[in-house]
Amino acid sequence: MTTPTSMRHVLRSEWTKLISVRSTVWTMVAMVATTIGFGVLISWATESNWAKVEARQRSVFDATSTSLAGIAFGQLAIAVLGVMVISTEYSTGGIRTSLTAVPKRLRLLAAKSLILLAISLVVGTITSFVAFFLGQAFLSKVGIETHLGDPQVLRAVFGGGLYLAGSAMFGLALAALMRHTAAAITIVVGALLVVPPFTRLLPGGWGDAVERYFTSNAGQQITAVTQDVNTLSPWGGYLVFTLWWVVIMAVAAYLLNRRDA
Amino acid sequence: MIEVQGLTKTFGDKVAVDNLSFTVRPGVVTGFLGPNGAGKSTTMRLILGLDRPDSGTALVNGHPYGSLPGPLFEVGALLDAKDVHGGRTARSHLLALAQSNGISSKRVDEVLELTGISSVAGKRIKGFSLGMSQRLGIAATLLGDPKVLMFDEPVNGLDPEGILWIRNFMRYLAGQGRTVFVSSHLMSEMAVTADHLIVVGRGRLMADMTTEAFIESSSTNAVRVKSPQAVELNQALVDRGFQVTTVDGYLEVARAECAQVGDVAAEHHLTIHELFEERASLEEAFMELTKDSVEYHTEAFPGDPFGAPQGESA
Ligand SMILES: Nc1ncnc2c1ncn2[C@@H]1O[C@H](COP(=O)(O)OP(=O)(O)O)[C@@H](O)[C@H]1O
Ligand SMILES: [Mg+2]
Repeated sequence: MTTPTSMRHVLRSEWTKLISVRSTVWTMVAMVATTIGFGVLISWATESNWAKVEARQRSVFDATSTSLAGIAFGQLAIAVLGVMVISTEYSTGGIRTSLTAVPKRLRLLAAKSLILLAISLVVGTITSFVAFFLGQAFLSKVGIETHLGDPQVLRAVFGGGLYLAGSAMFGLALAALMRHTAAAITIVVGALLVVPPFTRLLPGGWGDAVERYFTSNAGQQITAVTQDVNTLSPWGGYLVFTLWWVVIMAVAAYLLNRRDA
Repeated sequence: MIEVQGLTKTFGDKVAVDNLSFTVRPGVVTGFLGPNGAGKSTTMRLILGLDRPDSGTALVNGHPYGSLPGPLFEVGALLDAKDVHGGRTARSHLLALAQSNGISSKRVDEVLELTGISSVAGKRIKGFSLGMSQRLGIAATLLGDPKVLMFDEPVNGLDPEGILWIRNFMRYLAGQGRTVFVSSHLMSEMAVTADHLIVVGRGRLMADMTTEAFIESSSTNAVRVKSPQAVELNQALVDRGFQVTTVDGYLEVARAECAQVGDVAAEHHLTIHELFEERASLEEAFMELTKDSVEYHTEAFPGDPFGAPQGESA
């Protein structure tokens, strides 16, 4: 009996693959722990030093993004998960087995993407909310906390989940392109964490533009309530970040169909 | 049924598969024989749509592999038993494969049972011996109960027990009317496993015939004879048009039968002390056929009782 395989089958298969390897658990634990842990740490540090903070800095203080500051590290953990989801297929040779079962290559990549997107969005959003509430608990000791009902706050906390999901996809897209775990992880860390702050040093108008549009500089605006100078708007920034990984994914998908497996 | 037509694949300027055409039929074990580097694995990857051919087509049950609606129901392929994520358990590996083609988890238990690895189903694959991995790979090929099965050097590195198991399993599958296509670089292995042979060298087709016919056609039958009147016997045989050489004190008569040589001796009243057939071994016959196509010649070191070392196959 031959039943034509459908996207539904491949999705279920990719789900089984994702939850049946330890690296998924470890990267998820690392993402949750770093996002919440650093969020708490920074909120606590802010609260205990608040008396020494200058008035000028107090005026631009963003309680939401302070509690979500751990995302700067959490993004790496979840991006590594995104990398591993596909790079281990290449490092183990499993890709040949996978493509023999699912010869429609784009369907395989699409299923991987959707599963990763779903799990990172759910876990990322929950993590973001936990980090927010714990962070506010510390900040409230000196009365500088914010609330979900305040303008833009709910968007920013949901934005934490959105940004983490985008980071996962960024990792997946890069690894689908590079097909090598270590190389992809190196580039992900560089592109999301190391390089973005340095773009500030670029001179002139085009330098400002590069800084604004650069990966996490753009994407993390969705987690902020008050925007710094020289930044994109929350949704504009998130759209740019999404374009980054979508373009990389498109190139990877094009090559996936053409290259030998 | 597998139909390969004019298949060509190059890697850089290296021609791995060179205008290859053949058909693999159901109900028999078809051996895909060739020295290491002959292009067997590449051909199999091309059939499965894993590699893109430069030209030519490969059809499985009349369709390109990539357009099969439910590939695991039609083809079970095992290229390399190590092509799995070692961090998964055997069961979850098989389950993920099964689910991708809409196959039930009940079937996963069945194939685990069939291949005798139920007891390690919950263990992570990275701890498996080669024999266990091979069985797991075969279990995966059986998930969709396919009519076509393809194995790339399945006995490589296995112990005699494992080799025997695989050999019998293939014969069993072919006996059920399935198409079984199995590659090897060992003629001796193919001689006892395959009914039909497709022989390749340097990516080119060298022979496509029954194993029996192949052995028949490539064996250089000769007769050896010992006689105290060797000079006279030699002359008599040459007069009859035989090709005779002297080897280790024997006369070796090419392409002859014992009876013919015996008759010639009797006609001339010559005494014979020994008379026997000298058959080239299968391995020798195969090497003879493919000697010009072997990619890397390895010189046997002098005094090496085992001949040239066998290279690891890709
Ligand atoms: N991915 C590849 N890149 C470059 N060369 C390759 C690749 N795969 C195979 N080859 C070359 O193609 C030839 C055929 O290899 P292969 O199909 O593995 O032979 P076999 O399986 O018969 O031993 C060899 O010379 C091998 O080095
Ligand atoms: Mg090979």
